[in-house]
Amino acid sequence: MFPDFLEWPLETWVNDGLDWLIINYGGVFEAINWFVLQILLQIEWVLKSIPWWAMIILMAALAWHAARNWKLPAIVVASFLLIGSLGLWDLAILTMSLMLVSVLIAMAVGIPVGILMAGSNRANAIITPILDLMQTMPPFVYLVPAVMLFGLGKVPAVIATVIYAVPPLVRLTSLGIRLVDQEVMEASRAFGTGRMAQLFKVQLPLALPNIMAGINQCTMMALGMVVIASMIGARGLGEYVLTGIQRLDVGKGVAGGIAIVALAVIFDRITQAYGKRMMQHRSK
Amino acid sequence: MPILEIDRVSKVFGPDPASVVPLLEQDLSKDEILARTGHVVGLRNVKLDIEPGEIFVIMGLSGSGKSTLIRHLNRLIDPTAGEIRLQGRNILSANRRELMEIRQTKLSMVFQKFGLMPHRTVIENVGFGLEARGEPRKTRDETARKWISRVGLAGYEDRYPSELSGGMQQRVGLARGLATAPEILLMDEAFSALDPLIRHDMQSVLLELQKELNKTIVFITHDLDEALAIGDRIAILQDGMLVQVGAPSDIILRPATGYVRRFVGNVNRPRALRVRDVMAKGAAGEGTERLRADQTLEEALPVLCQNPEGVGVADETGEEIGRIDLAAIVGAISPPSDGKDDAA
Repeated sequence: MFPDFLEWPLETWVNDGLDWLIINYGGVFEAINWFVLQILLQIEWVLKSIPWWAMIILMAALAWHAARNWKLPAIVVASFLLIGSLGLWDLAILTMSLMLVSVLIAMAVGIPVGILMAGSNRANAIITPILDLMQTMPPFVYLVPAVMLFGLGKVPAVIATVIYAVPPLVRLTSLGIRLVDQEVMEASRAFGTGRMAQLFKVQLPLALPNIMAGINQCTMMALGMVVIASMIGARGLGEYVLTGIQRLDVGKGVAGGIAIVALAVIFDRITQAYGKRMMQHRSK
Repeated sequence: MPILEIDRVSKVFGPDPASVVPLLEQDLSKDEILARTGHVVGLRNVKLDIEPGEIFVIMGLSGSGKSTLIRHLNRLIDPTAGEIRLQGRNILSANRRELMEIRQTKLSMVFQKFGLMPHRTVIENVGFGLEARGEPRKTRDETARKWISRVGLAGYEDRYPSELSGGMQQRVGLARGLATAPEILLMDEAFSALDPLIRHDMQSVLLELQKELNKTIVFITHDLDEALAIGDRIAILQDGMLVQVGAPSDIILRPATGYVRRFVGNVNRPRALRVRDVMAKGAAGEGTERLRADQTLEEALPVLCQNPEGVGVADETGEEIGRIDLAAIVGAISPPSDGKDDAA
């Protein structure tokens, strides 16, 4: 047996710490909760109020805009028809809105953090191990504190999803900016460009293909996590699969799984096509 | 008054550069300083005056510090010691805002690998310096268009750099550098990445433009033939130290050290030397045939083969200023033998 006196009560500490946070800063979490919920409800309302055929046309148009060919819109239409024909349209829309909100928040947090990391070696040294930790932690672990701080439901699901999905976006944003040709950077400085102008006119535009790859990764991971987050009360396709597991209903599980894959295909292909389009004129 | 004064500038790379500065005064080589202190000496007490309107070439091999030196002139790199004065004013004391303004109006730069923004079209690239100083789109595009046609790229305004050849890309780089109407143009190995024929074209483009513009141009190169072709004066840098500064003919005919002599050994002397450099000053003498003082020896040779006893020399205005004969040319173009002083 491992000697008792070498053990330390991490579990108690973490629990006490969380309690302390809730007692003293409950208001902060309430505010975050309210804010995220509002965004979520808005997006859900918009997506739900679009009729199914209009949604398909819109997404096909987006696919065409991304790829400029007819293959991708065809894939998108087929995927949506598959989801609808499985009777999972409404659930898919719920999953989509959770994913979209998570990705939007991840972008709002991840891209600035990536910029910070690219600009400062110190920030890089501090944030990199945190990202490593976030990426090695099993995704289930995020669910517990999310529930403790935000209760059950959609908001903790979004928060856990953001934490899970943001690291690749941060890393790729930072990498993209660091990879910008040094001579191009020198040229912009030599002509007297200020730091902000340099960021927005040179670094970010040139890092865009990498940032887009980060958004793609982020979207895929968010979709995966939204499914897992059904365990803490997020509704949607994940919940459908979860009931399938709980009732040993294989058919239900397979149908839900296929719908999730279809959603993944749609968003993966569209974001990838945008990334590819941005490579034009940006690589030598 | 010189437009640019580089006054005892030293640059040391390493964790504590200032601690190495006293060592620079001692008789220690770059390698000894590296072995002793772990610091790399980039530049060592460089003192240069650059006059307005001249093409000043700084030449040296890789590691000689030439690229480091040119980056001091617009403070892309700050020196460890010394002063840099632009029109009499020490630019090292300029704050961020003043420095930005100097870069926007007084100096511009052309880069070895062009340094163009790949996501911008030709016209947007050429207008970049104007954009940096906040000029509105309309005047920016107008000026950019003018310079694009000046460098011979009219019709390519809306192309992206990746659609252009290397030579064309550097024309864009040159147009961008000129568009801000700077007083000083810094060119960092601007033609080194181009193949020889295109490089020669670009040298001609530059000389052509310079005839009208009369800018001060600081040109970095590792190629002595290039330095001789375009330089009014040439400075030779070795291990961060200035070895010789002079007119092209000085460098060829009176190399200061064995290092310079080794460089000069491979030069195409008939093309680099001009009649003025080897003629005997004074009366033009007999004969009706005349050579111009600014012709190269290469151009003069056929004339002299016809008249081996000598030909009179006239300057640009037609005034007779001297005489040249075949023997003088042969003496000047035979490469010096190593170790001997061969001042002509």
